[in-house]
Amino acid sequence: MEKQLFTIEGLTKRYNGKTILDIPYLVIKKGLIYGVMGPNGSGKTTLLSILSLLDRSTSGRICFDGVEINGRGNDDSTLRRQMAMVLQNPFLLSSTVYKNVAYGLKIRRWKKKKQKQKIEECLDMVGLVGFERRKVHELSGGEAQRVAIARGIAVSPKVLFLDEPTANIDKSNMETLEKIIQELNDKYKTTIIFTTHDLRQAYHLADEIILLSEGKVSKILSRDELKDYP
Amino acid sequence: MEYILIGVWKAFGLILSLDREVFSITSLSLRVSAMATILASVAGMPLGFIIGTENFFGKRVLVTIFNTLMAFPTVVVGLLLYSFISRIGPLGSFGLLFTPWAMVIGQFILATPIIVALTISATQGIDPRVRLTALSMGANSLQTACTMLSEARFSLISAVVAGFGRVITEVGCALMVGGNIRGHTRTMTTAIALETAKGEFAFALALGFILLMAAFLVNILFHWLQEIRG
Repeated sequence: MEKQLFTIEGLTKRYNGKTILDIPYLVIKKGLIYGVMGPNGSGKTTLLSILSLLDRSTSGRICFDGVEINGRGNDDSTLRRQMAMVLQNPFLLSSTVYKNVAYGLKIRRWKKKKQKQKIEECLDMVGLVGFERRKVHELSGGEAQRVAIARGIAVSPKVLFLDEPTANIDKSNMETLEKIIQELNDKYKTTIIFTTHDLRQAYHLADEIILLSEGKVSKILSRDELKDYP
Repeated sequence: MEYILIGVWKAFGLILSLDREVFSITSLSLRVSAMATILASVAGMPLGFIIGTENFFGKRVLVTIFNTLMAFPTVVVGLLLYSFISRIGPLGSFGLLFTPWAMVIGQFILATPIIVALTISATQGIDPRVRLTALSMGANSLQTACTMLSEARFSLISAVVAGFGRVITEVGCALMVGGNIRGHTRTMTTAIALETAKGEFAFALALGFILLMAAFLVNILFHWLQEIRG
């Protein structure tokens, strides 16, 4: 039986008098891939931001791996170092691919030799071997997305958040990214939470799918249940 | 016209013969202005960064004040500083009047608003995803600030170059608090003013060419940095 990674109780997020999220109870289990689906404005990105400590909830209790995190927002870098988030439109530092992937490792003060090994491993995983010295402005959209993912997985997070990871890329790159996500989960048992509008993608990748509507969890489906969902 | 041509000829002669006095004055100017710019950068950049990135009551007024101070008349700075460091002023006991340090302080007061204002502008122009990316990769507040400053590095270097350009060419403040003492507080600008009044046209022209060269190099550097950033 999978252990709980996140336990959410009574989570709300209000902004300018509007309720963005209202989740009475939700559990995210370790080692699974979760797809969060919903129309625009349903609260998908807000949920990821709160879980990844980039934003604070208005009220509620959130436990991450047994530690209560609600209210800490982005003050606690120790907790945030156990997570990694790849934004929908990821930002790459104006430098080389190598330095971008090294960024999280540098923050964690890894030794240069260990950094090099890890970076090579991650670039291999995302299919960008030989790209180390490439400047980021020379990359295509798909390549940039893969560098952002490599940067996220390099820090060996307990949970990787991906906000619409295939939103702005072509079909071929999309399939490559989906393979990377699956491989990451298979190899390292990393919990992955991604948002998507793509039903096919959610079915193909996710172990469980969280359906959000107007900030509320309308349903949680397994992959098989999604097949039969109208 | 003849005396201008003779003056130009003699000026090149002084420069090419490495005239001791010409280069002593040049050296003092560069040292004073460089020191003032370094101190203004150390004080101004963190201040500009905080004002640029934080929201607080009175922020707009503060930004307007710094923008206005960019055009602070140099003689007014000299006058105000003189009133403080003259023998009967509150800081008279420090014996700063008519010393290079008085000029450094005066130029620091001139350069700081420029560096602060341009740093504010630079930080406000930073992509908001930089901060989110840094936080999502586990950076603490200091690491996040360093990452943001690194992304704005070309703009910040431009701010420093602009500050240096302002002070290397100013005459009012240096004259009032430095006293234009030969071998002690005589800078390129104060020497040009004096030598021209004395009719030592060639000497003034030699310093003028060097000052022009310095201002020219500063501007080339400024525009080159702008192009790189673009």
